[in-house]
Amino acid sequence: MSTLSTEPARPGKASLFYDPKIRGYVYQLLLLAVVVFVIYEAATNAIDNLRAQKIASGFGFWNNAAGFDVNQKLIPFSASGSTYGQAFWVGLLNTLLVSAIGIVLSTFLGFFIGVARLSHNWIVSKIAMVYVEVVRNLPLLLQLFFWYNAVLKPLPDARNSIQLPGNIFLNNRGLITPNPIFGPGFSMVLLALFIGIIAAVGFYLWSKRQQEATGKQYPNGLIATALVIGLPLLVFVLVGRPLSFDLPQQGRFNLTGGLQIFPEFVALLIGLTTYTAAFIAEVVRAGILAVSRGQSEAAHALGLRPGPTLKLVVIPQAMRVIIPPLTSNYLNLTKNSSLAVVIGYPDLVQVFMGTVLNQTGQAVEMVSITMAVYLTISLVTSFFMNIYNKRMALVER
Amino acid sequence: MTDATTENAPNFFVRRETLPQEAAPLSVAGPIAWVRSNLFNGPLNTILTLLCAYVVVTALPEILRFYFIDAVWTGTNRDACLADKIGRPVGACWAYVADRYQYFIYGSYPVSERWRVNIVFAMFAIGVIWLLWNNAPLKKLGAFFFFVLLPITAFILLLGGPRATGLLHFLVWITLALAVFYTVLSFVPSLARFYTGPALLAVEEAAPPWKRFYRPKRLILMSLVAFGIIAMLENSIGLPRVDTGLWGGMMVTFLVAAVGIVFSLPLGVLLALGRRSKLPIIQLLSVIFIEFVRGVPLITVLFMANTMLPLFVPQEYSPDRLLRPLIGVALFAAAYMAEVIRGGLQAIPKGQYEGAMSLGLGYWQMMRLIILPQALRIVIPGIVNTFIGLFKDTTLVTIVGIFDFLRTIEATLVDPTWATPTTRGTGYAFAAIFYFLCCWGMSRYSISVEKRLAAGQRR
Repeated sequence: MSTLSTEPARPGKASLFYDPKIRGYVYQLLLLAVVVFVIYEAATNAIDNLRAQKIASGFGFWNNAAGFDVNQKLIPFSASGSTYGQAFWVGLLNTLLVSAIGIVLSTFLGFFIGVARLSHNWIVSKIAMVYVEVVRNLPLLLQLFFWYNAVLKPLPDARNSIQLPGNIFLNNRGLITPNPIFGPGFSMVLLALFIGIIAAVGFYLWSKRQQEATGKQYPNGLIATALVIGLPLLVFVLVGRPLSFDLPQQGRFNLTGGLQIFPEFVALLIGLTTYTAAFIAEVVRAGILAVSRGQSEAAHALGLRPGPTLKLVVIPQAMRVIIPPLTSNYLNLTKNSSLAVVIGYPDLVQVFMGTVLNQTGQAVEMVSITMAVYLTISLVTSFFMNIYNKRMALVER
Repeated sequence: MTDATTENAPNFFVRRETLPQEAAPLSVAGPIAWVRSNLFNGPLNTILTLLCAYVVVTALPEILRFYFIDAVWTGTNRDACLADKIGRPVGACWAYVADRYQYFIYGSYPVSERWRVNIVFAMFAIGVIWLLWNNAPLKKLGAFFFFVLLPITAFILLLGGPRATGLLHFLVWITLALAVFYTVLSFVPSLARFYTGPALLAVEEAAPPWKRFYRPKRLILMSLVAFGIIAMLENSIGLPRVDTGLWGGMMVTFLVAAVGIVFSLPLGVLLALGRRSKLPIIQLLSVIFIEFVRGVPLITVLFMANTMLPLFVPQEYSPDRLLRPLIGVALFAAAYMAEVIRGGLQAIPKGQYEGAMSLGLGYWQMMRLIILPQALRIVIPGIVNTFIGLFKDTTLVTIVGIFDFLRTIEATLVDPTWATPTTRGTGYAFAAIFYFLCCWGMSRYSISVEKRLAAGQRR
């Protein structure tokens, strides 16, 4: 006590146990070790088990003959001459087909219902609300069962098909519509459509720059319509209408000809569309409500009429809120299309993870490939979403 | 005086009290005006209103007629619900639901053992009410009850089975002995003192973490958990074993949902913390797990759990058929939960973290005492939404061969005993009512929580 130390107190050296940096390293190494150990164990066990069960591994199955048939196929496929690899593409294309159509339809239905929920018309908004609440709170699987087993299956058989206008027949084997047969010059029409779309986009960009530079406005919608629809139509007539229809004929026992749309596809499409539309409706409603009233009032004060107000002020701002959850709903729809397996629609999961897996028993390969496909789809989508979000982010001071 | 004079004064026309307010004219208030402004303002709205009214007026009586007026309520087999047998149009065949409801609830669980399921159901209901009811007493105990006691009891009661033997048996007794030892220590401090020395007890706070377990409360919890695990492994109650292949119905639906909820929340918290961690390896692993699981459909996860899980473990430990989808569902829900909780963590202002650190709290103390209570509170609606999604997704276990509620309905539909034209519509309606009530109830709860939280934010 008599002598006071003049040395400045040095910070005590903490023991290594309490050094956060070292602790961090230790924790990470431990975790890594555990993960590596688990993976190693799983891999060695899998190899042992596969050997014990005499299951081949590797991707050699890809070129083996499939030996099963698929009812709906967008590319040629047959039980005798096709391989598992082709079965994969059949399944993938079917998944993409039902997802693409479902996305388009559910967007329209969803926007319609979302706007209806905000309608001042009491009965319209209440019906929209009931729709959204009921559909969102029921499992999709139940809805698919309902559409497939309770609505489409009890339809009359082929002999007593319901005839709809336009030579369309409806029975328990699906929807039979006229089958378009494309003549020799039809590729010209497609080319014209392609050129029309490019020209319309080009014109839109040009007119936008013109408007920003001079203030002059062009009838964008009209010209785009003319380019996208008019040009192909013109070419279609010029090359001599290379399109005919194979009409379904009502025979004694069956319908012959026509294009058969399978009930599995219809049920899945209706189920996915109505289910996703309910979620999209909520997204749209939230997006529109997110634009404050002051925005439209200010637009009115500037002399914009209701139409341009909606187009130029409200929708661009609402879209900023709507688009990210909208894409995640699109992804959900694509992932939910895998429920096809319960009603037998030959999508990727049903064909590849179901039939091919059962035949080959190579679970690891099938599950990895299928997961990789879905993972690729969602990672690519979220990559583009991130770019979009960066571009759309509010630029603040 | 003056009043009287003014009252009696002649020719005094000034009104002395305000008149009662006139009722608004009928064109701007009252039902007619409401109808005009909400249903018939403008030609488009009028058309829409008439269209909707037409749809409602035609559909509603049909539905009412099918499900109530023409419905058959009693009967023992399909004859009760066939129109030509009973001589009147037949709507929904509720007799079929009444006849089969035991199967819908318990699946093929043996009739004599169903009391075990009932006990678990009752405990589940108590736990849910305890946790959800706002002013319930002893919430912490409730959480312990729901998240620890209930799963263990459910496991023991539902499965049953013979006593464990061998090494497991030995382990069980070691754990039990330790638990008893700790419990005794906690109640007899002098013993603890003898065991550890008074200095250590006095500076318990300064002791390294593994020596901080000498607190009675924690000890009791620990010993309870240990005892639970023991009972679970030992299964000393000696109930007859009910194989999971016999489980089914609502019981399995609730089981899958409850397992998902109980495991996804803590796992999700860990994953969310991992994703926001500054330690690169932990962050990377969390991101990979979360993005991977969120990028694939649940069906593929279930297929993976069903077909690949048995490959990954030695043959003799091959997991039970019901356990596989349970693991899949729990991991799947955890990834979604992690993203919800991450949202909450990001919403906590930096000052909270800095404040906690300036108080000298370590990472886990900071998270447990300061950050997570706030973050979780913000995202309760998001968590409940994840639960709703999880509850709907439980139906997918059908695909890997588990008899959940929806599957039991499908199974009874192909049974000829009740094969009538209206059975399917009735069965699906019953399933729809069940799922709707559960999901809608959850969403109502989340809305009410949201409102209560918003009230706290309002100034």
